[in-house]
Parts: sequence; C-alpha cells; structure tokens
Amino acid sequence: MNKSLTRFLQGPSIIVLLLWMIVPLGMTVYFSTIRYHLLYPERSGFIGLENYEFFYTDPAFWPALNNTLILVSSILFISVVLGLAVSVLINRPFFGRGLVRVMLISPFFIMPTVNALIWKNMMMNPIYGLFAVISHTFGQEPVDWLTDFPLLSIIIMVSWQWTPFAILIFMTSLQSEDGEQKEAAILDGAGFWARFYNLTLPHLARPIAVVIMIQMIFHLSIFAEIFVTTGGGPGFASTNLAFLIFSQALLQFDIGVASAGGVFAIILANIVAFFLIRIVGKSLMV
Amino acid sequence: MDDKTINRIKDGSAVFASWTIALLFFFPIFWMVLTSFKTELQAIAVPPTLIFEPTLENYTLVQERTDYVKYAWNSVATSFGGTFLAMIIAIPSAFSMAFAPGKYTKDILLWMLSTKMLPAVGVLLPIYLIAQKFGLLDTQIVLIIIYALINLPIIMWILFTYFKEIPREILEASRMDGASTFSEIKDIVLPLSWGGIASTALLSIVLCWNEAFWSINLTSADGGTLTALVASFSSPEGLFWAKLSAVSTLACAPIVVFGWLCQKQLVQGLTFGAVK
Repeated sequence: MNKSLTRFLQGPSIIVLLLWMIVPLGMTVYFSTIRYHLLYPERSGFIGLENYEFFYTDPAFWPALNNTLILVSSILFISVVLGLAVSVLINRPFFGRGLVRVMLISPFFIMPTVNALIWKNMMMNPIYGLFAVISHTFGQEPVDWLTDFPLLSIIIMVSWQWTPFAILIFMTSLQSEDGEQKEAAILDGAGFWARFYNLTLPHLARPIAVVIMIQMIFHLSIFAEIFVTTGGGPGFASTNLAFLIFSQALLQFDIGVASAGGVFAIILANIVAFFLIRIVGKSLMV
Repeated sequence: MDDKTINRIKDGSAVFASWTIALLFFFPIFWMVLTSFKTELQAIAVPPTLIFEPTLENYTLVQERTDYVKYAWNSVATSFGGTFLAMIIAIPSAFSMAFAPGKYTKDILLWMLSTKMLPAVGVLLPIYLIAQKFGLLDTQIVLIIIYALINLPIIMWILFTYFKEIPREILEASRMDGASTFSEIKDIVLPLSWGGIASTALLSIVLCWNEAFWSINLTSADGGTLTALVASFSSPEGLFWAKLSAVSTLACAPIVVFGWLCQKQLVQGLTFGAVK
C-alpha cells in the first residue's frame, strides 16, 4: 500500500476526530480564561487563570476527584471479577443455558437513566423499595441507600449494568478456549484453580484488557446515574468530576469556571489514558 | 460417596448457582415491567403486590401525553445513522492501519481513544453554540454526527483488532493475483471479518440508543430520542412509579429485544479471532 492511499484511507477518521477534539477544546480553553457568567453577561474580559483557581479551590474539587477514581476502580474491579466468575460458571452445557445467558446480558441494554430510576425507586427507596421490604422481613431497620451510602449505590447501579458487558465478552472468548488442552490438563491431575490460573486466565488476557479499556472510558464520565439519583449529594459525597463540571455550568451558570473544570477533566483523562491505556493498550497491539 | 456422585452434586450446584445469579441480574428488569402493569397504589404497596389484575392504563396515558412513535423513530434513526456513518469512516481506516501500520499507528489509535475520554460536559457549550449556528439544534442530524464521532474511536479500535487477525498471507496472495486495494477490502477483508464488523456495529447501536447526555441537552420536541423522553417523564412523574415504569419499558423494549435477537451474532463476532 503506498503512502497516498494510506492517507486517503486513514485521513477521514483522523481529520474528523481532530476537528471534534480541537474545535471544542479550543473553545473550552478560551472560555476558561475569560469571565463568562450567564447571569452576569456584563462582566466579561480576560482573567487569566482565575477560573482555574476558583475551580481548584472549590471545596468539591478534591472529593470529586477522589470519587471519580473510586467509582472507576471499584466498578472495574467488581465487573471484571464477577464477570470472570459468572462466565466460567456458565461455560458448560446445562439446562436452559440460552435463557440464562439472555437474562445475564439484558441489563447491558438498559438505558442508564432507566437503570437509575429502577434502583432509586423500586429497589433502594427506604419506605417502598424492595430492599426496605426485605430488611423489614428480617426485622432490620431499612437502610436509606442513597443518603447513607450514595457512592456505593452508584457503584451498585453501574456495576449491574456493566458486569453483563464483561460477561458477554468473557463468555464468547471462553468458547474459543482449547478444549483438548484442558482435557489434557485434567488427565494430568490439574485442579480447577490450576487450570483457571494457567490456562483460562492467559487465554482471557486480551478480553480482560478490552473490558478494562472500554469500561474505563465510560466510567470516567459517569453522569446519568448521579444526575437521576443523588444529584451529587449529600454534600459532595457522590459528586464526580463530570457532575461537578455539569453543576458549575448548568446549575450555577458559570461557563468560565465550568470550562476550567472541563480542562481539568481533560487533563485527568489524558493522565489516566497515558498510563492505563498504554499498559492495557500495548498488550492489545502486539 | 463415589466420584461420580460428587461430580453430579458439583454440576448440580453450578447449574443452580448459574440460574440464581441470572435471575438476580434479570430481576430489576422483570420488576420494572411488572410495575408498569400495576395501578399507582399497587406499585408502592408494602409488602409488594404480586398477584393483581394487570392494567394498561399507564401505557394508554403515556401514549396520550406523548408521541412515542416519533421518539422511537428518532432513536432508531440516530442510532443506526450514527453507527453507519462511523462504520463508513472506520472500516477503510482501520483496514489500512491493520495491514499497513506506520510508525505512529499505535499512537494514533491511543490518541483516538483518549478523545473518547473528553468529558462531554466540558465541551457541551461549544457544541451547543456550533449546532445553533448551523440550525441543527433539536434535529436528528446533530445527534447522528455526534454519535458517529463519540463512537468512532471504539469502533476503529475494535475493527483494528479484528483486521489484525486476518492472516496476511491471504492478502499477499490476492495481491499477487493483481487485486486492487478496494477489491481486497470488498472480497477478502469484509467477508472474513463480517462477524466482527456486525458485532462492532451492534455494540455501537446499543451505545447510541442509550446515550443520554447529548440527546437531553441538544434535542427536545422534534429530534428527541427515547432517553430524552424518559428524562422528560422522570422529573414531573418521579413519584408515579407505574407510569414511569411504563415509559421506561417502552423506551428499553426495542433495544433489549434487538439485543436478544442479535445475541448469537454478538456472541459469534466477539470471539476475537474467528479466523484463527
């Protein structure tokens, strides 16, 4: 393939993504250095890094950063471990396997907003929710999930949606696992864990990398679940960076500060991308 | 107990565990659908009502108040349109990256993925202003373009990994026979990676369908998708669980059924190396 052909083939994707990145990014960086408040349009002009200082010194900044990292890491951990366990468990013929598979992957197709509404109302509501009913049945005081454990509630919701994705990917990769190798290992007397550790896990290395990479991208900017349920609260207990920026821009109408936050989030995303994607991505490119 | 009995017990408990986990995962969806057929009073009854006379009143009410078909059509058009647009851009590009990788190919792919991490909310205002300028607010077109762009990195990258799996010898042989690049793509790459392409497209369609941020912020009455419809119901009707469940069921049903129907395809395509 010659050079001009390569350019012709790759050009469109690179150019559109470059535009998609640079134009809004440029505007965001510009907005972040000026006074831009929707309620006070008369105040304007270049203010340098003041917006950044304001965003950085916002009492919600560190909690939001912290929550973002907690959300990403715990949801990833839950969905990969649970996804592995479940997909190994159902990797055998048994009665109703097709139906089990359909039920397991269904939550992945549910909209995040609907997901949040189901859990907020019908599961976690402290009076009418099913969890409360179950607590009562066992004579316990019901837990007010969204108030007392807001971050954990969000983690449960998002994990419920994304573990099925991990299951879907792992399940399909397990089907291509070498059966003869496994039988040989059984004949050699290798136990379940030895087989899992030495055969299955290496076989799944790539799918695991795929899952981590795709999910990380989505979990860095979790929004709908927080927006619909806790609204970032109580206090900043469940505010992540995406939500903090949103509340600066659309609830407090301060576009300048929100843009500064956007730049922060982009930098954070790129730091994460640099380290994690490089580690995970490398193993995928070989 | 002999070994056979122990194995049987093991198998039996594994099947039991599989079913239990599957039912637990599916339960919230089942409960939502069930609630949508209850009256509002039954929906919040403690202990929950399990046996009741199903009513369609919630669905009639949703249909009376909004134009479900229009929202559903917008969802279909934007998900399929966005995916189609992204695939057209991605296939040739991923093909050339997989078969003629340059010095910077890996870096380009990683950079593409990092654009996916751009927090949507940080760039909402610029995009809003641009869309307004071109008169695209509240249209299907703006969502199709954005959905294509936000899914392009993932599509590129998954396709790249599929194309890498195609043995180079096949391509070299066809090149010996004098095949052009275009016919290489059409006659060899596409048929061999059909499963991968289809499942990538399916994944992208699901992601577009469930996208909420851009559709809520850029569209309303005319170009609104089902996620926007659910959002518009969730605040004023937040306390009416049955109606909320009905509108949620209506919003999710098409994509869930679509997912079920395409499950086989999705499963076959995601084996990461069907042509090994």
